[in-house]
Amino acid sequence: MAKPTFAMYWAASCGGCEISLLNVGELILDVDAAFDVVFWPCVADFKYQDVEGYPDGFIDLCLFNGAIRNSENEELAHLLRRKSKTLVAFGSCAYEGCAPGLANLTTNAATMRTVYTDSLTTDETRGNLPQPVSQVPEGEISIPVLYETVRSLDQVVPVDYIIPGCPPEARQIAAVLRAVLNGMPLPAPGGTIIGAGNVALCEECPLAKNVKQITRFYRPYEIVPDPGICLLEQGLVCMGPATRSGCGALCPQVGMRCEGCYGPLDGQDQGARMLAAVASVVAAGGSHLDEHAQAREIAAVMDTLVDPAGTFYRFSLAHSLLRRARVADSSA
Amino acid sequence: MENEFQPIIVGFLCNWCSYRAADLAGTARVHYAPTMRPIRVMCTARVEPEFVLKALREGADGVLIAGCHPGECHYVEGNIKALRRFTLLKAMLRQFGVEEERVQLVWAAASEGKQLAEAVDRMTEQLRALGPLRWRQRVLGEQPVARHALEVEVGG
Repeated sequence: MAKPTFAMYWAASCGGCEISLLNVGELILDVDAAFDVVFWPCVADFKYQDVEGYPDGFIDLCLFNGAIRNSENEELAHLLRRKSKTLVAFGSCAYEGCAPGLANLTTNAATMRTVYTDSLTTDETRGNLPQPVSQVPEGEISIPVLYETVRSLDQVVPVDYIIPGCPPEARQIAAVLRAVLNGMPLPAPGGTIIGAGNVALCEECPLAKNVKQITRFYRPYEIVPDPGICLLEQGLVCMGPATRSGCGALCPQVGMRCEGCYGPLDGQDQGARMLAAVASVVAAGGSHLDEHAQAREIAAVMDTLVDPAGTFYRFSLAHSLLRRARVADSSA
Repeated sequence: MENEFQPIIVGFLCNWCSYRAADLAGTARVHYAPTMRPIRVMCTARVEPEFVLKALREGADGVLIAGCHPGECHYVEGNIKALRRFTLLKAMLRQFGVEEERVQLVWAAASEGKQLAEAVDRMTEQLRALGPLRWRQRVLGEQPVARHALEVEVGG
């Protein structure tokens, strides 16, 4: 009997998801023994043509990581959806846009300018923008079209499952792989989240939580937090209250605020929820002040929170309520 | 003035003061712009930032949150919590390219029907100057279904 087939693809992503998959350790040998790898650009030499040649539904399990940033990403999303029985949005980029999705706060023109012109580390190639079409001795070649708005995988094609995380924790991946390998039934597909919890991260965070009374916010480099005490109480914008559990609260336990990589809880907008949580614990604008003084004092505290959009939506912007910023020259 | 742009304002009004202020403006037959779609909430602190973002995405041109004056909150300091959220929300919306005038917080006691009406009038003028938002259509590039539905509902 032929083995079931496995594919993994990276769209707009960093490659950390593949590394996290390899972090499952020896289990990867069982995966290799149980599955036939039919497409996996990171580790094996398959061409897009090979995938096009497969019959529809040929791939039993396809882990798709990366956001949809350009026309190549989109083309592969449609292709792999057609060829896969089970398509999994693997990791934060595919699930909710992640760091590439932050490009939605600005325009492609501004992004290009930063990368190719203004960047301090750009030297002799300064100002050399990528050309959509180039002439080479072999003929004309073109590069994929960069889209103005970064999208998540499920905004382009239907996905069966979502494994959140940046990257997904190896033990969570292992649990899912074991379930698949042992033929255990998975929950009903349809954009279902697997390999994560369904409570806020604070629930699994062991740091001591007392009354929160924040009088100013700090960025991580500005203070050394007291160990063992909730980071949000100490003025670090720890995303725990608005973030799905599943990672084991690794970052807060070593003094680094949760950045929110597991995304929002079911049906929530992560940034809006975090904004509400943070604003509620600010100790400013007491009733002893008059209306104007209250407003001023509150504004002064909020001003210490640098870049609220980038902080609250670091991972989930492309999948949030507003999805992108409105910019003067974007009517699409 | 048939073709004048009529903005859509989603108004979240506190049950204990501003909703009654709107009621008073009605019974006193105060004339003001018919642009606000009032939604009664128990307190301005009930207004999740999600409500505001969703309103903006689904076709509102602006959102007005109205509650009790500080010190007069039915729940002691719900309105101050609302002010904290609103202050941070405004800073965040700036990053999303949403003009400050599009989301406003005002205080209107139950007796201040006229003041509430003036706030709606003022905001309507400001939104007229800014023009329509139409988030889905103009920012996300989708078809304007939501706005159409809103207009039918209200205009019908």
